Amino acid sequence: MADLKVRNLKKAFEGFSIIKGIDLDIHDREFVVFVGPSGCGKSTLLRLIAGLEDVSSGNIELDGKDITEVAPAKRDLAMVFQTYALYPHMTVRKNLSFGLDLSGAPKQEVKDKVENAARILELDPLLERKPKQLSGGQRQRVAIGRAIVRNPKIFLFDEPLSNLDAALRVQMRLELARLHQDLQATMIYVTHDQVEAMTLATKVVVLNSGRVEQVGSPLELYHHPANLFVAGFLGTPTMGFLTGNLGQTAANACEVKLDARANISLPLATALAPGSKVTLGIRPEHINIVPAGEGLLSVTADVSERLGSDTYCHVRSQSGEMLTVRVRGDFAPKFGETLDLSFDTAHCHLFDDSGKAIDKRIQSAA
Amino acid sequence: MTTSALDTSPPATQTKSRKRGLKIGWFLVSPSVLLLLLWMVVPLAMTLYFSTIRYNLLYPDEESFVGLENFEYFLTDPGFMPGALNTLTLVGSVLLISVVFGVLISALLEACEFWGRGIVRVMLISPFFIMPTVSALLWKNLIFHPVSGILAAVWKFFGAQPVDWLAQHPLFSIIMIVSWQWLPFAILLLMTAMQSLDQEQKEAARLEGAGPIAIFWHLTLPHLARPIAVVVMIETIFLLSIFAEIFTTTSGGPGFESTNLAYLIYNQALLQFDVGMASAGGLIAVVIANIAALVLIRLIGKSLTDKQ
Ligand SMILES: Nc1ncnc2c1ncn2[C@@H]1O[C@H](COP(=O)(O)OP(=O)(O)OP(=O)(O)O)[C@@H](O)[C@H]1O
Ligand SMILES: [Mg+2]
Repeated sequence: MADLKVRNLKKAFEGFSIIKGIDLDIHDREFVVFVGPSGCGKSTLLRLIAGLEDVSSGNIELDGKDITEVAPAKRDLAMVFQTYALYPHMTVRKNLSFGLDLSGAPKQEVKDKVENAARILELDPLLERKPKQLSGGQRQRVAIGRAIVRNPKIFLFDEPLSNLDAALRVQMRLELARLHQDLQATMIYVTHDQVEAMTLATKVVVLNSGRVEQVGSPLELYHHPANLFVAGFLGTPTMGFLTGNLGQTAANACEVKLDARANISLPLATALAPGSKVTLGIRPEHINIVPAGEGLLSVTADVSERLGSDTYCHVRSQSGEMLTVRVRGDFAPKFGETLDLSFDTAHCHLFDDSGKAIDKRIQSAA
Repeated sequence: MTTSALDTSPPATQTKSRKRGLKIGWFLVSPSVLLLLLWMVVPLAMTLYFSTIRYNLLYPDEESFVGLENFEYFLTDPGFMPGALNTLTLVGSVLLISVVFGVLISALLEACEFWGRGIVRVMLISPFFIMPTVSALLWKNLIFHPVSGILAAVWKFFGAQPVDWLAQHPLFSIIMIVSWQWLPFAILLLMTAMQSLDQEQKEAARLEGAGPIAIFWHLTLPHLARPIAVVVMIETIFLLSIFAEIFTTTSGGPGFESTNLAYLIYNQALLQFDVGMASAGGLIAVVIANIAALVLIRLIGKSLTDKQ
């Protein structure tokens, strides 16, 4: 069992409030990913959970036991650091067994655990080497092995893959997913790489300047962002935004008058008064380029990025807002060309003046 | 075909120009090489020459070749054995003190945050910048002095008879003075090295249940192996030739109790005016220094060259 509860957690460094009241529930066997922009407090939150930093207020509970004041080593957690933090003068075997040796566990038991971890991570041939003699990926595996031998309730990872090259990162990502399955473990994982967040997580926690913006499964967050921040943060290329005012509203539809000189009717219900300021969000894959005159919106093509499989066309609306359109890889508009766009209205997001999403569950259920 | 022809021609010109570059290189460095040669070879040759003749400034006419007689005299001089032993004791004790206390003090400084740490650091290092003669005089007159010294005052405060340190424990006193000068050097090096210890390693160890002592033993000390080796090497070089501290305090006495080899050589050359024997002593000192260096390199050189 590993159920972690974080209640109204706050942390300030020298008077600067960094974590501003976080509530979080993490259940057994979940793979929870913290994402957010750099400096938003992901690492700090993880270190608070690990006990490497003292909390300013609030509390942390593991399996019903308050561990807020418990020493880090007694929390039954294991952490994998971004820089691996292997002990440079010890062999891989010693690195793995260090914690167990310190706790005075019987020799045979230590040996078994180390060899078990080495087998899971395919480290057997490397046991007698020093960290300097290992590649980046191997070092990362040793760092993970060091966590495994401790058989912790929760694994904590702080950007464990960000020092690896792209190919290795993909491979290690798969291995981590497999490890999560094999060990039936509970994991908390910090990253600012969206792909890692989307592919690994069973639950994503989006953080922004010390607060939780939204918690949910990766697809839930992708399809139903709760606010402008989450909408703009998740997804590459990012969601495009167009400002406008609300037109007439009905029970299951509303009209939006965009500043980019277009009116669009969306299958959304809102309680907002007509005329209030709103922002429409649309992802690149939900915009289509249509023949001239048939579109909803007329835009000017800016630069295009050709990836082979797809082309990302950056376009400028008449009100100067930038949008990205995803089209087939063989299509590339000329710079300055006028294009007509149509939107998948079912996939449009609408946000009110304060950035909150206007609920669209009604429509998604339909 | 054309490409292969092109391929072969440049290397030929390249080797030629490289040869010429080599010649120019030699030509350019030759002044400094010559200077260095003169600098080293001439004094060495002269010392070698002096060590084989009878050369006493009191009897300037008797410059005759005596073979290895000077060496024999120096080695059988009543001062030689005590001098050699004192040199070893002095070097060994100061090394021990500066490494052990250097590690402890810099570890403590690193571990605790307290107000004025920067000032304490500077003060800990400052004795290193005081001239040896000055610091020896400071110790002699302000600390060890049996009447006006601080230690005498402490002893008197507890109603004990003040100790005349320089007379009763001459070598110990000199070890204290020299340690006071060289401990800061060790602290300086070890403190900087300590700061380069990866914080995440310490945190990882903390998570695994290592306390401060376990972290010190398993992480900090191994991390310091290399700087400690540097401290030992550099200090050995300087400690073998300690002179000013002895000259200004005990003059090697009483008897030979605080005479080291450097002081013995000085004694021969300038107090007894026997340049021949002093030269022989100098050469013997060079040999001893080399043996010490060799032993040291064997012992700790590995941790210097080893990539961690
Ligand atoms: N020990 C500390 N003392 C003072 N400020 C700190 C300390 N640790 C972190 N901070 C501050 O807290 C904020 C959050 O830092 P944190 O390391 O948690 O960011 P992060 O979300 O992990 O960012 P990144 O993605 O770049 O790793 C930063 O503004 C940082 O300056
Ligand atoms: Mg971080």
